[in-house]
Amino acid sequence: MQKSLRKYWAVFTLPTLICFAIAFLIPFIMGFGLSFAKFTTVTDAKFVGFSNYIRAFSGDDTFLPALGRSFLFTIASVILINLFAFIFALLLTRKMRGTNVFRTIFFMPNLIGGIVLGYIWQLIFNGILARYGLTLTSDGKYGIFGLIILMCWQMTGYMMVIYIAGLQNVSPDLIEAAEIDGATPSQILFRIKIPMVMPSITICMFMTLTNSFKLFDQNLALTNGAPGNDSALVALDIFKTFYNRPGYEGVGQAKAVVFAVILAVIAMIQLRVTRSKEVES
Amino acid sequence: MMKKNAKRICAAVLAASLAAVSFAGCGSSSSSSAAGSTASAAGSTAATGKGQVYYLNFKPEQADQFTAIAKAYTEKTGVQVKVQTAASGTYEQTLKSEMAKSDAPTIFICNGPVGYKTWGSYCSDLTSSDLAKHLTDKSLALKDGSKIVGLPLAVEGYGIIYNQAIMDKYFKLDGAKAKSVDEINNFTKLKAVVEDMTAKKSKLGIKGVFASTSLKSGEDWRWQTHLANVPITNELLDSNTDVNSDVKEIQFKYANEYKNIFDLYLNNSVTDKKMLGSKSVGDSTGEFALGQCAMMQNGNWVWSDIGKVDGNVVDKNDVKFMPIYTGHSGEETQGLCIGTENFACINSKASADDQKASLDFLKWLYTGDGMDYVTKSSTDGGLGFIAPYDTFKGKAPDDPLAQQVSEWQNKSGIKTVPWDFTCFPSQNFKNKFGADLLSYAQGQKTWDDVKSDVVKTWKTEAAASAQS
Repeated sequence: MQKSLRKYWAVFTLPTLICFAIAFLIPFIMGFGLSFAKFTTVTDAKFVGFSNYIRAFSGDDTFLPALGRSFLFTIASVILINLFAFIFALLLTRKMRGTNVFRTIFFMPNLIGGIVLGYIWQLIFNGILARYGLTLTSDGKYGIFGLIILMCWQMTGYMMVIYIAGLQNVSPDLIEAAEIDGATPSQILFRIKIPMVMPSITICMFMTLTNSFKLFDQNLALTNGAPGNDSALVALDIFKTFYNRPGYEGVGQAKAVVFAVILAVIAMIQLRVTRSKEVES
Repeated sequence: MMKKNAKRICAAVLAASLAAVSFAGCGSSSSSSAAGSTASAAGSTAATGKGQVYYLNFKPEQADQFTAIAKAYTEKTGVQVKVQTAASGTYEQTLKSEMAKSDAPTIFICNGPVGYKTWGSYCSDLTSSDLAKHLTDKSLALKDGSKIVGLPLAVEGYGIIYNQAIMDKYFKLDGAKAKSVDEINNFTKLKAVVEDMTAKKSKLGIKGVFASTSLKSGEDWRWQTHLANVPITNELLDSNTDVNSDVKEIQFKYANEYKNIFDLYLNNSVTDKKMLGSKSVGDSTGEFALGQCAMMQNGNWVWSDIGKVDGNVVDKNDVKFMPIYTGHSGEETQGLCIGTENFACINSKASADDQKASLDFLKWLYTGDGMDYVTKSSTDGGLGFIAPYDTFKGKAPDDPLAQQVSEWQNKSGIKTVPWDFTCFPSQNFKNKFGADLLSYAQGQKTWDDVKSDVVKTWKTEAAASAQS
């Protein structure tokens, strides 16, 4: 099999590679090119140099605030989601009755699409806030807090599954040895379990970080940025720039390129930092 | 040896089939468009160079009707008509991606001077087209200078819709501020009646005089676009400015008149004004249809929605229109706001045959056999349009609000308010205005803030799109 793999590698990798190129690589390169152009449709672009980038930062007062909100939102949701997911994973790896039922229930929100979740939670939040004479749109803060709650609800179960897999891989021998040596439960957690599940932490951090930073559907459905643009995260802001102002297509594209670069850099840094903490058992 | 060979063959076959499947999958977009173009080539030779029509429809609620019209036209003339409908609220997106294709729409919709700024290079000159000559009012067309570049599909009207049954109930009460709707012909009278009705709402069996002022994001077009049209039109009239020209700045001179009517809506509504950020247009249509309120601001298109509401109690003959009074001097002769924001444009980058075929299709629809489809009501498979072409003399759709619109249009001594909101600089401007109105309703912004914001945003948005 090894041999035939080597022989036929092209037949196995090419299909994926071609699909990847069509659905991702080519649009990305085209998008990069379009960020230097003025266009209405992608086929009639005219080169305009860096003016789109200049307008993204100076001629527009929504991009930087949206970027700032995205950062805060990402920090909050990465911490909360991973914390909750890890706690749930710890609880559900104990030998309790019905752990499988709980695992399934916690995982389920992840199966619902973002738009649907956004509308459902909009009803829930508005229902609660109505008791205090408020709505989700009374203040941009409510929208952002709402999104954090929504994201926690949606992603915690998914991350929990990854942590459970990691925790189950921690060798019982190690824990038993530690117990015999008289380690306290918190020592076992911090000195053994957490270092051993570092690969899971790397993956979970990466996924929550990128998903929160590029969040779009939930934002669109929950508040659509209201009031004004006060609860719009950066992906929604790019979308609105592209479609809501005549002649701003290129600026939206420039914002998207800036966004992609920032996201890539942050994800790289995070991967490097958490990877370096991974240990061999 | 045999076994090894078999294994190898197996692997090769598996790999090849995998590759075949995925290549087929990937290539489908290009192969289907290739197939499409050969089919179209075959079609056009069969129809002896007649060209074909691709209509990108703007109104999702009329998708079925347009498909039926296309089919009827193809059966009659042999010309292929493809209809595609953009999902609600995504027309710009769909148009942008469809226009980039080699098989681009030949007829598309432009929403006025601002849409023309984006799509101008795609609009062909329609000044000498037959259909343009049939326009009842040339000013209804979308123009670039004196050149006609877009033809209106329908005129629509909006104003304050009221429920005659509830109004009659009020007029019979002791101390009513008016005895009939005819007496209400200015803001002072309207205000007196509305406030008195609010005071007596339990007697009238309503929750409020006006349906909820929907201020949820994306649901605020009745205020940031339609209501704003009244003061802006008055301002443009004062300065003799044409809508089709680039309006770079406004003073929002009649901001206080806007405030008059907006406050009246907010303070006499079914819903507390702090809660309006969660209300949609659909909510207010529902309230009206269920008889929970006596009035709402909306247009004739809402009739089909009123009819669809479960438990609807409003009789067809009780749904009437009155103009939006704001306290402007001389408003006693003001009529409904009547106009259009959907202009059919012909894609100038399509082949000459296709352009001609597209014009012929529109001509058939508005001056030929297709006319039946235009006026028939939506329940009979028609479009229910009030068509602004002289071929339709005396023919109006049979839904009550559309009839009211033509009635108001033909009242003597009444001047209709044109739809000048087509010159609002961008969607972004409207969204910001809507957000400001929400903040004002929630008590976070003063009216002066709203006013100065509107002036400022108009200027920056107009400058931003001019720069592009």
